[in-house]
Amino acid sequence: MGRSLRGEAAIVGVADAASPTGELDSRGRVLEAAMIREALDDAGLTLADVDGICCSGIATGIAEYLDVHPTFVDGTFVGGSSFEVHVEHAAAAIASGLCDVVVGVYASTPRQDRRLGASPASLGPMGPDVGAEWETPYGPHMPMTSYALAADRHMTQFGTTSEQLAQIAVDARRWAAMNPRARHREPLTIDDVLASPVIASPLHQLDCCLRTDGAGAYVLTSADRARDLRRPPAYVLGAATATDHWVISQMPDLTVTPGAVSGPLAFERAGITTDDVDVLQAYDSFTITALLHLEDLGFCAKGEGGAFVEDGRLGPGGSLPTNTNGGGLSYTHPGQYGIFLLVEAVRQLRGEAGERQVAGAEIAVAHGCGGVLSSTGTVVLGTEATR
Amino acid sequence: MTARREPRPSDESQPFWDATREQRFRLPWCTDCDAAIWYPRTTCPRCTGSAVEWRDDAGGGTVHAASVQHRPGPGRDADDGPYVVVLVDLDAGVRMMSNVVGCPPAAVKAGMRVALAWEPLSDGRHLPVFRLA
Repeated sequence: MGRSLRGEAAIVGVADAASPTGELDSRGRVLEAAMIREALDDAGLTLADVDGICCSGIATGIAEYLDVHPTFVDGTFVGGSSFEVHVEHAAAAIASGLCDVVVGVYASTPRQDRRLGASPASLGPMGPDVGAEWETPYGPHMPMTSYALAADRHMTQFGTTSEQLAQIAVDARRWAAMNPRARHREPLTIDDVLASPVIASPLHQLDCCLRTDGAGAYVLTSADRARDLRRPPAYVLGAATATDHWVISQMPDLTVTPGAVSGPLAFERAGITTDDVDVLQAYDSFTITALLHLEDLGFCAKGEGGAFVEDGRLGPGGSLPTNTNGGGLSYTHPGQYGIFLLVEAVRQLRGEAGERQVAGAEIAVAHGCGGVLSSTGTVVLGTEATR
Repeated sequence: MTARREPRPSDESQPFWDATREQRFRLPWCTDCDAAIWYPRTTCPRCTGSAVEWRDDAGGGTVHAASVQHRPGPGRDADDGPYVVVLVDLDAGVRMMSNVVGCPPAAVKAGMRVALAWEPLSDGRHLPVFRLA
Protein backbone atom coordinates (compact mmCIF):
# COMPACT_ATOMS: atom_id res chain seq x y z
CA MET A 1 0.00 0.00 0.00
CA GLY A 2 1.62 3.19 -1.27
CA ARG A 3 4.45 5.07 0.22
CA SER A 4 5.02 5.55 3.91
CA LEU A 5 4.87 8.94 5.62
CA ARG A 6 7.56 7.72 7.98
CA GLY A 7 9.83 10.60 8.99
CA GLU A 8 8.50 12.88 6.25
CA ALA A 9 7.18 15.62 8.56
CA ALA A 10 7.76 16.74 12.14
CA ILE A 11 6.00 18.72 14.86
CA VAL A 12 8.36 21.59 15.70
CA GLY A 13 6.34 23.83 18.02
CA VAL A 14 3.62 23.32 20.59
CA ALA A 15 1.59 25.35 23.08
CA ASP A 16 -1.32 24.73 25.36
CA ALA A 17 -3.29 26.63 27.96
CA ALA A 18 -5.03 25.38 31.07
CA SER A 19 -5.51 26.59 34.64
CA PRO A 20 -6.01 24.93 38.04
CA THR A 21 -9.15 27.07 38.40
CA GLY A 22 -10.52 25.35 35.36
CA GLU A 23 -10.99 28.74 33.71
CA LEU A 24 -8.80 30.74 31.33
CA ASP A 25 -8.78 34.52 31.05
CA SER A 26 -9.38 34.66 27.32
CA ARG A 27 -11.41 32.73 24.81
CA GLY A 28 -12.53 32.49 21.20
CA ARG A 29 -10.26 33.84 18.53
CA VAL A 30 -8.10 35.69 21.07
CA LEU A 31 -7.22 32.41 22.69
CA GLU A 32 -6.68 30.64 19.38
CA ALA A 33 -4.40 33.45 18.20
CA ALA A 34 -2.41 33.30 21.44
CA MET A 35 -1.91 29.56 21.07
CA ILE A 36 -0.79 29.91 17.47
CA ARG A 37 1.62 32.70 18.39
CA GLU A 38 3.10 30.68 21.27
CA ALA A 39 3.51 27.54 19.19
CA LEU A 40 5.19 29.52 16.40
CA ASP A 41 7.47 31.20 18.96
CA ASP A 42 8.31 27.79 20.32
CA ALA A 43 9.32 26.74 16.81
CA GLY A 44 11.19 29.96 16.03
CA LEU A 45 8.75 30.69 13.19
CA THR A 46 6.27 33.50 12.52
CA LEU A 47 2.84 33.77 10.92
CA ALA A 48 4.58 34.80 7.70
CA ASP A 49 5.90 31.23 7.46
CA VAL A 50 2.45 29.65 7.75
CA ASP A 51 0.79 28.32 4.60
CA GLY A 52 -1.53 25.76 6.15
CA ILE A 53 -4.21 25.86 8.87
CA CYS A 54 -6.08 23.00 10.52
CA CYS A 55 -8.97 23.26 12.94
CA SER A 56 -12.05 21.18 13.62
CA GLY A 57 -14.37 23.47 11.67
CA ILE A 58 -14.21 26.37 9.21
CA ALA A 59 -10.51 27.15 8.93
CA THR A 60 -11.19 30.27 6.90
CA GLY A 61 -12.47 32.13 9.95
CA ILE A 62 -9.26 31.90 11.97
CA ALA A 63 -7.23 32.56 8.83
CA GLU A 64 -9.15 35.80 8.21
CA TYR A 65 -8.73 36.83 11.84
CA LEU A 66 -4.95 36.49 11.58
CA ASP A 67 -4.85 37.77 7.97
CA VAL A 68 -3.03 34.69 6.74
CA HIS A 69 -3.89 33.22 3.34
CA PRO A 70 -3.20 29.50 3.57
CA THR A 71 -2.96 27.26 0.52
CA PHE A 72 -3.68 24.19 2.66
CA VAL A 73 -6.67 23.96 4.99
CA ASP A 74 -8.23 21.03 6.79
CA GLY A 75 -11.44 21.51 8.74
CA THR A 76 -12.12 17.83 9.26
CA PHE A 77 -14.40 17.40 12.27
CA VAL A 78 -14.58 13.94 13.77
CA GLY A 79 -14.79 14.91 17.43
CA GLY A 80 -11.85 14.62 19.82
CA SER A 81 -9.64 12.77 17.36
CA SER A 82 -9.86 15.56 14.78
CA PHE A 83 -6.39 16.86 15.61
CA GLU A 84 -4.62 13.56 15.09
CA VAL A 85 -6.46 13.21 11.78
CA HIS A 86 -5.28 16.73 10.86
CA VAL A 87 -1.67 15.76 11.57
CA GLU A 88 -1.98 12.77 9.25
CA HIS A 89 -3.47 14.91 6.48
CA ALA A 90 -0.97 17.74 7.01
CA ALA A 91 1.99 15.35 7.04
CA ALA A 92 0.82 13.89 3.73
CA ALA A 93 0.38 17.39 2.33
CA ILE A 94 3.85 18.46 3.43
CA ALA A 95 5.43 15.23 2.18
CA SER A 96 3.95 15.80 -1.25
CA GLY A 97 4.96 19.44 -1.40
CA LEU A 98 1.50 20.99 -1.12
CA CYS A 99 2.55 23.20 1.77
CA ASP A 100 5.43 23.83 4.12
CA VAL A 101 4.32 25.04 7.56
CA VAL A 102 0.95 24.02 9.01
CA VAL A 103 -0.54 25.19 12.30
CA GLY A 104 -3.33 23.28 13.99
CA VAL A 105 -5.35 24.99 16.72
CA TYR A 106 -8.12 24.40 19.20
CA ALA A 107 -9.73 26.53 21.89
CA SER A 108 -12.84 25.86 23.94
CA THR A 109 -13.96 27.62 27.11
CA PRO A 110 -17.19 26.05 28.37
CA ARG A 111 -16.73 27.32 31.95
CA GLN A 112 -16.23 30.94 30.93
CA ASP A 113 -19.01 30.71 28.42
CA ARG A 114 -21.42 29.42 31.07
CA ARG A 115 -20.32 32.02 33.63
CA LEU A 116 -20.58 34.88 31.14
CA GLY A 117 -23.90 33.62 29.87
CA ALA A 118 -22.76 33.71 26.29
CA SER A 119 -24.70 31.47 24.03
CA PRO A 120 -22.55 29.18 21.93
CA ALA A 121 -24.25 30.62 18.85
CA SER A 122 -22.70 34.04 19.46
CA LEU A 123 -19.42 33.34 21.18
CA GLY A 124 -18.53 29.70 21.08
CA PRO A 125 -15.22 28.28 20.01
CA MET A 126 -15.83 29.88 16.61
CA GLY A 127 -15.19 33.34 18.06
CA PRO A 128 -17.02 36.53 17.17
CA ASP A 129 -19.66 36.17 14.48
CA VAL A 130 -18.21 38.79 12.15
CA GLY A 131 -21.01 38.67 9.61
CA ALA A 132 -23.80 38.93 12.19
CA GLU A 133 -22.10 41.81 14.01
CA TRP A 134 -20.66 43.92 11.18
CA GLU A 135 -22.73 43.13 8.09
CA THR A 136 -26.23 41.80 8.88
CA PRO A 137 -27.35 45.03 10.68
CA TYR A 138 -27.06 46.85 7.35
CA GLY A 139 -29.66 44.58 5.74
CA PRO A 140 -27.74 42.76 3.00
CA HIS A 141 -29.20 39.70 1.28
CA MET A 142 -26.46 37.19 1.94
CA PRO A 143 -24.74 35.78 0.06
CA MET A 144 -26.21 37.67 -2.92
CA THR A 145 -25.24 41.17 -1.77
CA SER A 146 -21.61 40.13 -1.37
CA TYR A 147 -21.46 39.12 -5.01
CA ALA A 148 -23.44 42.23 -5.99
CA LEU A 149 -20.80 44.41 -4.34
CA ALA A 150 -18.05 42.55 -6.21
CA ALA A 151 -19.98 43.02 -9.47
CA ASP A 152 -20.48 46.73 -8.78
CA ARG A 153 -16.76 47.13 -8.13
CA HIS A 154 -15.83 45.21 -11.30
CA MET A 155 -18.17 47.44 -13.32
CA THR A 156 -16.77 50.60 -11.72
CA GLN A 157 -13.16 49.60 -12.15
CA PHE A 158 -13.26 47.92 -15.58
CA GLY A 159 -16.47 49.06 -17.28
CA THR A 160 -18.02 45.58 -17.24
CA THR A 161 -21.69 45.70 -18.28
CA SER A 162 -24.87 43.91 -17.21
CA GLU A 163 -25.19 42.65 -20.79
CA GLN A 164 -21.78 40.97 -20.57
CA LEU A 165 -22.70 39.29 -17.27
CA ALA A 166 -26.03 38.21 -18.76
CA GLN A 167 -24.20 36.45 -21.61
CA ILE A 168 -22.78 34.02 -19.02
CA ALA A 169 -26.32 33.08 -17.93
CA VAL A 170 -27.41 32.77 -21.57
CA ASP A 171 -24.56 30.38 -22.39
CA ALA A 172 -25.23 28.27 -19.29
CA ARG A 173 -28.83 27.96 -20.45
CA ARG A 174 -27.71 26.87 -23.94
CA TRP A 175 -25.85 23.98 -22.30
CA ALA A 176 -28.78 23.21 -19.99
CA ALA A 177 -31.04 22.85 -23.04
CA MET A 178 -29.03 19.70 -23.81
CA ASN A 179 -29.21 18.32 -20.25
CA PRO A 180 -32.47 16.45 -19.64
CA ARG A 181 -32.09 16.82 -15.87
CA ALA A 182 -31.52 20.57 -15.87
CA ARG A 183 -33.96 22.69 -13.84
CA HIS A 184 -34.34 25.25 -16.64
CA ARG A 185 -33.97 24.35 -20.33
CA GLU A 186 -36.11 26.89 -22.17
CA PRO A 187 -34.16 29.41 -24.29
CA LEU A 188 -32.89 32.54 -22.53
CA THR A 189 -31.83 35.89 -23.98
CA ILE A 190 -29.78 38.78 -22.63
CA ASP A 191 -32.99 40.84 -22.59
CA ASP A 192 -34.68 38.17 -20.45
CA VAL A 193 -31.88 38.43 -17.90
CA LEU A 194 -31.97 42.22 -17.85
CA ALA A 195 -35.78 42.19 -17.51
CA SER A 196 -35.72 39.88 -14.49
CA PRO A 197 -36.17 41.56 -11.09
CA VAL A 198 -33.23 43.17 -9.32
CA ILE A 199 -32.97 42.19 -5.67
CA ALA A 200 -29.44 43.44 -4.96
CA SER A 201 -28.14 45.69 -7.73
CA PRO A 202 -26.44 45.29 -10.12
CA LEU A 203 -27.41 41.59 -10.14
CA HIS A 204 -30.70 40.47 -11.66
CA GLN A 205 -32.57 37.39 -10.55
CA LEU A 206 -31.28 35.52 -13.59
CA ASP A 207 -27.69 36.46 -12.69
CA CYS A 208 -28.19 34.27 -9.61
CA CYS A 209 -27.92 30.52 -9.24
CA LEU A 210 -30.88 28.27 -8.63
CA ARG A 211 -32.06 26.88 -5.34
CA THR A 212 -32.79 23.18 -5.91
CA ASP A 213 -32.36 19.83 -4.26
CA GLY A 214 -29.29 17.98 -5.44
CA ALA A 215 -26.72 15.41 -4.42
CA GLY A 216 -23.50 13.87 -5.70
CA ALA A 217 -20.55 11.68 -4.77
CA TYR A 218 -17.17 10.65 -6.11
CA VAL A 219 -14.72 7.82 -5.57
CA LEU A 220 -10.96 8.37 -5.67
CA THR A 221 -8.35 5.61 -5.74
CA SER A 222 -4.77 5.02 -6.81
CA ALA A 223 -3.84 5.19 -10.49
CA ASP A 224 -2.79 1.53 -10.37
CA ARG A 225 -6.15 0.40 -9.11
CA ALA A 226 -8.07 2.85 -11.31
CA ARG A 227 -6.91 1.11 -14.48
CA ASP A 228 -8.57 -2.18 -13.48
CA LEU A 229 -11.97 -0.67 -12.74
CA ARG A 230 -15.07 -0.38 -14.85
CA ARG A 231 -14.90 3.17 -16.18
CA PRO A 232 -12.05 5.10 -17.84
CA PRO A 233 -10.10 6.91 -15.10
CA ALA A 234 -10.13 10.71 -14.80
CA TYR A 235 -6.66 11.25 -13.38
CA VAL A 236 -5.97 14.09 -10.94
CA LEU A 237 -3.18 15.90 -12.77
CA GLY A 238 -2.93 18.77 -10.33
CA ALA A 239 -4.87 20.47 -7.57
CA ALA A 240 -4.49 23.52 -5.37
CA THR A 241 -6.31 25.38 -2.63
CA ALA A 242 -6.38 29.06 -1.70
CA THR A 243 -8.26 31.01 0.95
CA ASP A 244 -8.63 34.70 1.41
CA HIS A 245 -11.31 36.00 3.80
CA TRP A 246 -14.63 34.91 5.28
CA VAL A 247 -16.92 37.95 4.99
CA ILE A 248 -17.05 40.26 1.97
CA SER A 249 -16.02 43.40 3.88
CA GLN A 250 -12.69 41.69 4.64
CA MET A 251 -11.95 40.70 1.01
CA PRO A 252 -8.65 42.39 0.14
CA ASP A 253 -9.62 43.16 -3.49
CA LEU A 254 -13.25 42.68 -4.57
CA THR A 255 -12.14 41.96 -8.14
CA VAL A 256 -9.57 39.23 -7.35
CA THR A 257 -10.60 35.87 -5.89
CA PRO A 258 -8.22 33.37 -4.28
CA GLY A 259 -8.53 31.50 -7.59
CA ALA A 260 -5.74 33.80 -8.76
CA VAL A 261 -3.54 31.69 -6.45
CA SER A 262 -5.08 28.21 -6.65
CA GLY A 263 -5.68 28.32 -10.42
CA PRO A 264 -2.13 28.99 -11.63
CA LEU A 265 -0.76 26.72 -8.88
CA ALA A 266 -2.96 23.79 -9.94
CA PHE A 267 -2.06 24.36 -13.60
CA GLU A 268 1.64 24.46 -12.73
CA ARG A 269 1.36 21.25 -10.70
CA ALA A 270 -0.48 19.63 -13.61
CA GLY A 271 2.08 20.90 -16.09
CA ILE A 272 -0.56 22.57 -18.25
CA THR A 273 -1.49 26.06 -19.43
CA THR A 274 -4.92 27.54 -20.08
CA ASP A 275 -4.50 26.59 -23.77
CA ASP A 276 -4.56 22.91 -22.78
CA VAL A 277 -8.00 23.10 -21.10
CA ASP A 278 -10.65 21.45 -23.27
CA VAL A 279 -13.58 21.95 -20.92
CA LEU A 280 -14.02 24.13 -17.86
CA GLN A 281 -16.39 23.69 -14.93
CA ALA A 282 -16.13 26.94 -12.97
CA TYR A 283 -18.48 27.59 -10.06
CA ASP A 284 -21.22 29.95 -11.26
CA SER A 285 -23.07 30.87 -8.09
CA PHE A 286 -23.66 34.18 -9.84
CA THR A 287 -22.67 35.40 -13.29
CA ILE A 288 -19.99 37.62 -11.74
CA THR A 289 -18.51 34.57 -10.00
CA ALA A 290 -17.88 32.79 -13.31
CA LEU A 291 -16.47 35.97 -14.86
CA LEU A 292 -13.98 36.43 -12.02
CA HIS A 293 -12.90 32.78 -12.37
CA LEU A 294 -12.10 33.26 -16.07
CA GLU A 295 -9.80 36.15 -15.20
CA ASP A 296 -8.21 34.59 -12.13
CA LEU A 297 -7.57 31.25 -13.83
CA GLY A 298 -5.76 33.18 -16.57
CA PHE A 299 -8.10 32.63 -19.54
CA CYS A 300 -8.08 36.42 -19.99
CA ALA A 301 -6.46 39.39 -18.27
CA LYS A 302 -7.87 40.95 -15.11
CA GLY A 303 -10.68 43.31 -16.07
CA GLU A 304 -11.19 41.81 -19.52
CA GLY A 305 -13.68 39.11 -18.54
CA GLY A 306 -16.65 41.08 -19.86
CA ALA A 307 -15.23 41.44 -23.36
CA PHE A 308 -13.97 37.85 -23.23
CA VAL A 309 -17.41 36.27 -22.75
CA GLU A 310 -19.29 38.62 -25.11
CA ASP A 311 -19.01 36.38 -28.19
CA GLY A 312 -20.62 33.39 -26.46
CA ARG A 313 -17.40 31.39 -26.35
CA LEU A 314 -18.47 29.71 -23.09
CA GLY A 315 -21.48 28.08 -24.78
CA PRO A 316 -21.94 25.09 -27.10
CA GLY A 317 -19.58 25.33 -30.06
CA GLY A 318 -17.54 28.06 -28.36
CA SER A 319 -13.78 28.05 -27.89
CA LEU A 320 -13.99 27.55 -24.10
CA PRO A 321 -16.87 25.17 -23.29
CA THR A 322 -17.80 26.10 -19.72
CA ASN A 323 -20.30 24.66 -17.23
CA THR A 324 -21.47 22.14 -19.78
CA ASN A 325 -24.19 20.67 -17.53
CA GLY A 326 -25.90 24.08 -17.38
CA GLY A 327 -24.11 25.09 -14.21
CA GLY A 328 -25.49 26.44 -10.97
CA LEU A 329 -27.35 28.99 -13.07
CA SER A 330 -29.53 26.50 -15.00
CA TYR A 331 -28.75 22.88 -14.01
CA THR A 332 -28.92 22.64 -10.21
CA HIS A 333 -27.67 24.44 -7.10
CA PRO A 334 -28.44 22.95 -3.69
CA GLY A 335 -25.99 25.16 -1.75
CA GLN A 336 -22.50 23.70 -2.08
CA TYR A 337 -22.33 23.08 -5.80
CA GLY A 338 -18.67 22.01 -6.02
CA ILE A 339 -19.31 18.28 -6.33
CA PHE A 340 -21.30 18.80 -9.54
CA LEU A 341 -18.23 20.48 -11.10
CA LEU A 342 -16.23 17.29 -10.52
CA VAL A 343 -18.99 14.97 -11.75
CA GLU A 344 -19.47 16.88 -15.02
CA ALA A 345 -15.71 17.17 -15.61
CA VAL A 346 -15.39 13.37 -15.26
CA ARG A 347 -18.34 12.70 -17.58
CA GLN A 348 -16.83 14.97 -20.23
CA LEU A 349 -13.45 13.20 -20.00
CA ARG A 350 -15.17 9.81 -20.30
CA GLY A 351 -17.13 10.97 -23.33
CA GLU A 352 -20.40 10.30 -21.51
CA ALA A 353 -22.00 13.72 -21.78
CA GLY A 354 -24.35 12.85 -24.64
CA GLU A 355 -25.66 15.75 -26.67
CA ARG A 356 -23.51 18.20 -24.74
CA GLN A 357 -20.28 16.21 -25.14
CA VAL A 358 -17.26 18.35 -25.98
CA ALA A 359 -15.46 16.47 -28.74
CA GLY A 360 -12.00 15.23 -27.81
CA ALA A 361 -12.07 16.45 -24.20
CA GLU A 362 -8.78 15.25 -22.71
CA ILE A 363 -8.21 17.89 -19.99
CA ALA A 364 -10.97 19.25 -17.77
CA VAL A 365 -10.79 21.75 -14.93
CA ALA A 366 -13.16 21.80 -11.97
CA HIS A 367 -12.83 25.11 -10.15
CA GLY A 368 -14.81 25.43 -6.93
CA CYS A 369 -15.42 28.60 -4.96
CA GLY A 370 -16.86 28.80 -1.47
CA GLY A 371 -18.17 31.32 1.01
CA VAL A 372 -18.42 34.76 -0.61
CA LEU A 373 -15.50 34.47 -3.07
CA SER A 374 -13.68 33.35 0.09
CA SER A 375 -11.89 30.15 -0.85
CA THR A 376 -11.15 28.23 -4.02
CA GLY A 377 -10.12 24.72 -4.95
CA THR A 378 -8.88 24.01 -8.46
CA VAL A 379 -8.64 20.44 -9.77
CA VAL A 380 -7.13 19.56 -13.16
CA LEU A 381 -8.33 16.20 -14.47
CA GLY A 382 -7.02 14.27 -17.46
CA THR A 383 -7.54 11.07 -19.42
CA GLU A 384 -5.16 8.17 -20.04
CA ALA A 385 -3.87 10.16 -23.03
CA THR A 386 -2.96 13.24 -21.01
CA ARG A 387 -1.86 11.58 -17.79
CA MET B 1 -36.05 53.50 14.24
CA THR B 2 -35.31 51.18 11.32
CA ALA B 3 -36.08 47.56 12.12
CA ARG B 4 -32.89 45.54 11.78
CA ARG B 5 -31.05 42.59 13.27
CA GLU B 6 -29.06 44.43 15.90
CA PRO B 7 -25.37 43.64 16.36
CA ARG B 8 -24.38 41.61 19.40
CA PRO B 9 -21.03 42.82 20.79
CA SER B 10 -18.18 40.37 21.21
CA ASP B 11 -15.57 40.59 23.97
CA GLU B 12 -13.31 42.38 21.50
CA SER B 13 -15.81 44.90 20.19
CA GLN B 14 -17.50 45.93 23.45
CA PRO B 15 -15.49 49.21 23.73
CA PHE B 16 -16.60 50.18 20.22
CA TRP B 17 -20.27 49.69 21.03
CA ASP B 18 -20.00 51.36 24.43
CA ALA B 19 -18.64 54.54 22.76
CA THR B 20 -21.55 54.62 20.31
CA ARG B 21 -23.88 55.37 23.21
CA GLU B 22 -22.47 58.89 23.11
CA GLN B 23 -22.05 58.77 19.32
CA ARG B 24 -18.28 58.47 19.50
CA PHE B 25 -16.73 56.57 16.59
CA ARG B 26 -13.62 54.75 17.75
CA LEU B 27 -11.32 52.41 15.83
CA PRO B 28 -8.82 49.92 17.22
CA TRP B 29 -5.24 50.77 16.25
CA CYS B 30 -2.11 48.65 16.55
CA THR B 31 0.43 51.00 18.10
CA ASP B 32 3.33 48.86 16.84
CA CYS B 33 2.15 48.98 13.21
CA ASP B 34 0.53 52.44 13.61
CA ALA B 35 -2.39 51.12 11.58
CA ALA B 36 -6.13 50.84 12.15
CA ILE B 37 -7.74 47.39 12.44
CA TRP B 38 -11.22 46.47 11.25
CA TYR B 39 -13.26 44.52 12.38
CA PRO B 40 -12.27 45.03 16.04
CA ARG B 41 -9.66 42.56 17.22
CA THR B 42 -7.38 42.59 20.22
CA THR B 43 -4.74 40.81 18.15
CA CYS B 44 -3.24 42.83 15.30
CA PRO B 45 -3.72 40.88 12.06
CA ARG B 46 -0.48 42.35 10.66
CA CYS B 47 1.99 41.60 13.44
CA THR B 48 -0.07 39.36 15.79
CA GLY B 49 0.85 41.77 18.57
CA SER B 50 -1.59 42.82 21.25
CA ALA B 51 -0.59 46.50 21.49
CA VAL B 52 -4.05 47.60 20.40
CA GLU B 53 -5.65 50.85 21.60
CA TRP B 54 -8.89 52.66 20.78
CA ARG B 55 -8.65 55.99 18.96
CA ASP B 56 -11.42 58.44 18.07
CA ASP B 57 -11.96 58.73 14.33
CA ALA B 58 -13.72 61.42 12.28
CA GLY B 59 -15.45 58.76 10.18
CA GLY B 60 -14.71 60.24 6.75
CA GLY B 61 -14.52 57.84 3.85
CA THR B 62 -15.15 56.96 0.21
CA VAL B 63 -17.68 54.51 -1.19
CA HIS B 64 -15.80 51.49 -2.57
CA ALA B 65 -18.82 49.54 -3.87
CA ALA B 66 -22.60 49.87 -3.59
CA SER B 67 -25.60 47.56 -4.00
CA VAL B 68 -29.21 48.74 -3.81
CA GLN B 69 -31.43 46.26 -1.99
CA HIS B 70 -34.79 46.33 -3.72
CA ARG B 71 -36.36 43.92 -1.28
CA PRO B 72 -35.82 44.14 2.48
CA GLY B 73 -33.10 41.85 3.82
CA PRO B 74 -33.33 39.68 6.94
CA GLY B 75 -34.57 41.60 9.95
CA ARG B 76 -35.91 44.57 7.96
CA ASP B 77 -39.59 45.52 7.81
CA ALA B 78 -41.50 44.16 4.83
CA ASP B 79 -42.08 47.68 3.47
CA ASP B 80 -38.49 48.80 4.07
CA GLY B 81 -36.52 49.72 1.02
CA PRO B 82 -35.06 50.17 -1.36
CA TYR B 83 -31.90 51.03 0.58
CA VAL B 84 -28.24 50.84 -0.32
CA VAL B 85 -25.58 48.58 1.21
CA VAL B 86 -22.05 49.90 0.72
CA LEU B 87 -18.46 49.08 1.47
CA VAL B 88 -16.79 52.28 2.71
CA ASP B 89 -13.05 52.84 2.61
CA LEU B 90 -12.46 54.91 5.74
CA ASP B 91 -9.75 57.55 5.59
CA ALA B 92 -8.18 55.65 8.50
CA GLY B 93 -7.28 52.90 6.01
CA VAL B 94 -9.85 50.19 6.73
CA ARG B 95 -12.98 49.03 4.89
CA MET B 96 -16.37 48.43 6.52
CA MET B 97 -19.89 47.57 5.43
CA SER B 98 -22.56 50.18 6.03
CA ASN B 99 -25.56 52.03 4.58
CA VAL B 100 -25.63 55.47 2.98
CA VAL B 101 -28.80 57.22 4.17
CA GLY B 102 -30.53 60.53 3.46
CA CYS B 103 -30.42 60.33 -0.34
CA PRO B 104 -31.99 58.22 -3.09
CA PRO B 105 -30.22 54.84 -2.80
CA ALA B 106 -29.53 54.61 -6.54
CA ALA B 107 -27.62 57.92 -6.34
CA VAL B 108 -24.86 56.29 -4.30
CA LYS B 109 -21.88 55.33 -6.49
CA ALA B 110 -18.38 54.04 -5.91
CA GLY B 111 -15.93 56.90 -5.49
CA MET B 112 -18.32 59.24 -3.66
CA ARG B 113 -17.19 60.87 -0.43
CA VAL B 114 -19.25 60.08 2.66
CA ALA B 115 -19.41 61.29 6.25
CA LEU B 116 -20.34 59.41 9.40
CA ALA B 117 -23.90 59.49 10.71
CA TRP B 118 -25.66 57.51 13.41
CA GLU B 119 -28.82 55.45 13.61
CA PRO B 120 -30.22 54.56 17.04
CA LEU B 121 -30.39 50.96 18.22
CA SER B 122 -33.00 49.72 20.67
CA ASP B 123 -30.65 49.54 23.68
CA GLY B 124 -29.12 53.04 23.54
CA ARG B 125 -26.23 52.10 21.30
CA HIS B 126 -25.94 53.58 17.82
CA LEU B 127 -25.11 51.99 14.48
CA PRO B 128 -22.58 53.84 12.31
CA VAL B 129 -24.01 54.71 8.89
CA PHE B 130 -23.00 57.37 6.35
CA ARG B 131 -24.38 60.33 4.41
CA LEU B 132 -23.05 61.76 1.17
CA ALA B 133 -20.46 64.40 2.10
